[in-house]
Amino acid sequence: MHTSHSNIRLRIIKDRLFLALVVLLSFAMIVPLLLIIFHIVKNGIGVINWEFLTALPRPMGETGGGIANALAGTMMLIVLASLIAIPLGVLAGIYLAEQKTGRIASGVRLCMEVLQGIPSIVIGIVAYAWVVISMGTFSALSGSVALAIMMLPVIVRSTEETLRLVPDILREASLALGVSYARTVLKIIVPSGLTGILTGILLAIARITGETAPLLFTAFGNPYMSLNVLKPVDSLPLMIFNYATSPYPEWHAKAWGAALVLVVFVMGMNFTAKVIAKRWKVQF
Amino acid sequence: MESPVLRVENFSAHFGDNPVLKDINLSVQHNRVTALMGPSGCGKTTLIRCINRMHELIVDAGVEGSIYLHDEDLYKMNPIMVRKKIGMVFQRPNPFPTMSIYDNVVAGYNLNGIKIKREEKDRIVEESLRKAALWEEVRDRLHRKGSFLSGGQQQRLCIARALAMNPDILLMDEPTSALDPKATAHIEQLISELKNNVTILLVTHNIAQAARVSDFTAFLYLGDLVEFGTTEKLFTVPDDKRTEEYLSGKFG
Ligand SMILES: Nc1ncnc2c1ncn2[C@@H]1O[C@H](COP(=O)(O)OP(=O)(O)OP(=O)(O)O)[C@@H](O)[C@H]1O
Ligand SMILES: [Mg+2]
Repeated sequence: MHTSHSNIRLRIIKDRLFLALVVLLSFAMIVPLLLIIFHIVKNGIGVINWEFLTALPRPMGETGGGIANALAGTMMLIVLASLIAIPLGVLAGIYLAEQKTGRIASGVRLCMEVLQGIPSIVIGIVAYAWVVISMGTFSALSGSVALAIMMLPVIVRSTEETLRLVPDILREASLALGVSYARTVLKIIVPSGLTGILTGILLAIARITGETAPLLFTAFGNPYMSLNVLKPVDSLPLMIFNYATSPYPEWHAKAWGAALVLVVFVMGMNFTAKVIAKRWKVQF
Repeated sequence: MESPVLRVENFSAHFGDNPVLKDINLSVQHNRVTALMGPSGCGKTTLIRCINRMHELIVDAGVEGSIYLHDEDLYKMNPIMVRKKIGMVFQRPNPFPTMSIYDNVVAGYNLNGIKIKREEKDRIVEESLRKAALWEEVRDRLHRKGSFLSGGQQQRLCIARALAMNPDILLMDEPTSALDPKATAHIEQLISELKNNVTILLVTHNIAQAARVSDFTAFLYLGDLVEFGTTEKLFTVPDDKRTEEYLSGKFG
């Protein structure tokens, strides 16, 4: 009697210890993130003001100036890359979700996995070879092509996975009403999985927003405001890279400010994706 | 006697090289309820899915023989036309989760791109929901999502959705198997009322249900149509020993 009692005690203590360990380790996981955010905010918040967000950079030695060119460039790159990657990625995802087996489908799936694993710098080189060399100039377009290639696997996979979750009985309900296959896919299956597709798109955007490597020899960077697709543009990560590797402390401060803006943007994307996934989730 | 709405003649169906229906002959009378019963796996669902040409959507599935709808061979028609004329209610209620109750009822029109006037739509929605005995319960939340309804209400919504298309025949695949006794009674009541206006082919493996609501009953066993006749005859003086055994609960 006594032994079994203390046995249970021991078990409860072990249980508690284990729980404590799990909680501790979970906290340990958050620590690096908190440190990063703390560091960026501490160093970056000082330079952030209206001028920083809306003015162009000034030459070294002058005070003031901002990151408007990089903000505009990043937005332009995101929009262009999305225009390329979203239609292709969503269509491919629909195809893969509909075509569960078959050579072409498995081939596409394999390609997407491989593409996901290719280092971004390599994708940048390819975009350089395709677009920059053939057009003879660095450009927003070439940067967008590189970024679009990076978005593709994320969008394709999330589209395929969410559409797979749409129950077959909905498809059958539609077909049984005499609705054609194409309309069934477009009007029943895709809308039922729309939140998942949107979430995937936002995560893909979050993923490419911080990319520097593929832009080094495509978008290239540009200290002036440019909204021309065929001209070089700046982007936040490129600007951070250029400022942070400069020898001037004022520019280092600017790099921190830009980093803060970038991190806030990416976290906003992730957060929005979460909210959409939760709020608009279709209940089957 | 009137000529039947639907005639199934020497009809066989298979999945790959697995024969599931063997040489079925059956006719469905105008504005009557015909029940298809039999133990699980005997091919009931397959048979009604052949009638609205859903069977062929499955890889490697195929059929032989013919099915006539008013003397027109279904398998020579465009499957989309067939499905517009033959409505279907599934085993599990499947309203479209992205659509309101209203849009669910007229989904057959909207999805097919059939343009109709707003007043006409309102009329179809009300009429179909009334026929499906759901109108009173949902009339003041027509524009809310259909997936908030109870299971029985969802199933009646699906019935309304099928009825809205004015089908020649309504196929119902165990429409009450996912429902509780009260909702089941409700749907059975509904079937008895509906048959004044529509021909119904009802799959059930609930013997009592077949007896309660149908005028004709077909008994399928392992892909064979063992016996087919008026419900009264089949339940009182069945010709075949297997029918008798099934009715007395020896299998299934
Ligand atoms: N998609 C499919 N692929 C291959 N075989 C199938 C498929 N669907 C059904 N079958 C087979 O066809 C036979 C008949 O199935 P069916 O669904 O028509 O039976 P049922 O009479 O409706 O049974 P239940 O009462 O359980 O619904 C079964 O033996 C089943 O294994
Ligand atoms: Mg079945």
